[in-house]
Amino acid sequence: MENLISIAVRSIFVDNMIFAYFLGMCSYLAVSKKVKTAIGLGAAVIFVLGITIPLNWLVYNYFLKAGAMSWTGIEALAKVDLSFIGLIIYISVIAAFVQLTEMAVEKISPALYAALGIFLPLIAVNCSILGGALFMIGRPYNLAEATTFGIGSGIGWFLAVVALAAIREKLKYSDVPAPLRGLGITFIIVGLMSFGFLSFMGFSI
Amino acid sequence: MSTAVEEKKSAPAQPLIGKKERQLLSDPMDSNNPITVQVLGICSALAVTVQMKPAFFMTLGVIFVTMMSNLIISLMRNIIPGRVRIIVQLAVVSTFVILVDQVLKAYAYDVSKQLSVFVGLIVTNCIVMGRLEAFAMGNKPFPSLLDGIGNGLGYGAILMVVAFVRELLGSGSVFGFKVFDAIGINYIGNGVMVIPAGASIVIGLVIWAQRARNGMVESD
Repeated sequence: MENLISIAVRSIFVDNMIFAYFLGMCSYLAVSKKVKTAIGLGAAVIFVLGITIPLNWLVYNYFLKAGAMSWTGIEALAKVDLSFIGLIIYISVIAAFVQLTEMAVEKISPALYAALGIFLPLIAVNCSILGGALFMIGRPYNLAEATTFGIGSGIGWFLAVVALAAIREKLKYSDVPAPLRGLGITFIIVGLMSFGFLSFMGFSI
Repeated sequence: MSTAVEEKKSAPAQPLIGKKERQLLSDPMDSNNPITVQVLGICSALAVTVQMKPAFFMTLGVIFVTMMSNLIISLMRNIIPGRVRIIVQLAVVSTFVILVDQVLKAYAYDVSKQLSVFVGLIVTNCIVMGRLEAFAMGNKPFPSLLDGIGNGLGYGAILMVVAFVRELLGSGSVFGFKVFDAIGINYIGNGVMVIPAGASIVIGLVIWAQRARNGMVESD
């Protein structure tokens, strides 16, 4: 349990997807103009990361890893190492899951679909999702830890996008030099926020 | 991915490298730069620019992937059903990314270690997807190939500038060559440039400089 809390704190604050790795920057910059849309996309990212990371963990550990397929009992399969095609499998799992969720949400809850709908397809190409899967493969997590890592990274992304959106809403009232307006000043703000998150470095439970 | 739609007009028959073709190569370098103007492919631009060497290899990888996937998707553009095009595009792109990843692992293992997950993340690099959607889906193969190379080069140009500033100020070297030691100055690396925050601020300033020169102003 302690281990899980430590992973959660690390993935939310210390190894924040945005401030430590800059993953998912494209949609991060695109949707951080209003707090409301930022909350929508942030929630969708938590959801998709929380599901696809354990899914990809299962795929990696039962199909792709060297010797992963020994559970089938077929000797020829037991020695197969498919990890080199990992990339194409992870992205397919993510894209398929996003597509399925979109269809399911549309059928089951039209209200939620209206709120989240436009953000779901965006997520398939959000690098924080694939990045999360690749980081997870590189670390020796078990299933519970991988799930915690997924949800934690999602929460970290959520915090970052909502915070930036709040700052940008206020920024409208300030007099920024013309060529710096928009993208330029946003980058500088992200840099300054990243300094703030540095103070979590060395923070452990 | 809200890139210019007017690019979808295809060029009439003319010499192999005409004015239009040259523009396809040169526009992304400056006035239509994928990073600073189209706002595509930011993640990797920030993450791999601590030193110039990995940034250089990353540039080569991205140029290769944008070029080849633009070409393939453009060849297939009339037979891809609209509803599943994202999956088709992802499959084509990830095939080329796996190629780049395997080649790097085989011939430049240390660089491959430094780039870690970011080679794999070329798959979701919005430059590749953005150019496929905005250009390759509506244009002939040859202009698409050039567009891919041009955008890869434009991406690389910004990457190299940011990496140059960060490596020079952060560790006092260029391509691993200790510049300050060579001219006899004792330079202590500036830690800010090495951490991710430095990348973000440097790129903000690059955007400022470039937009000030081109007179581009974002309205909002």
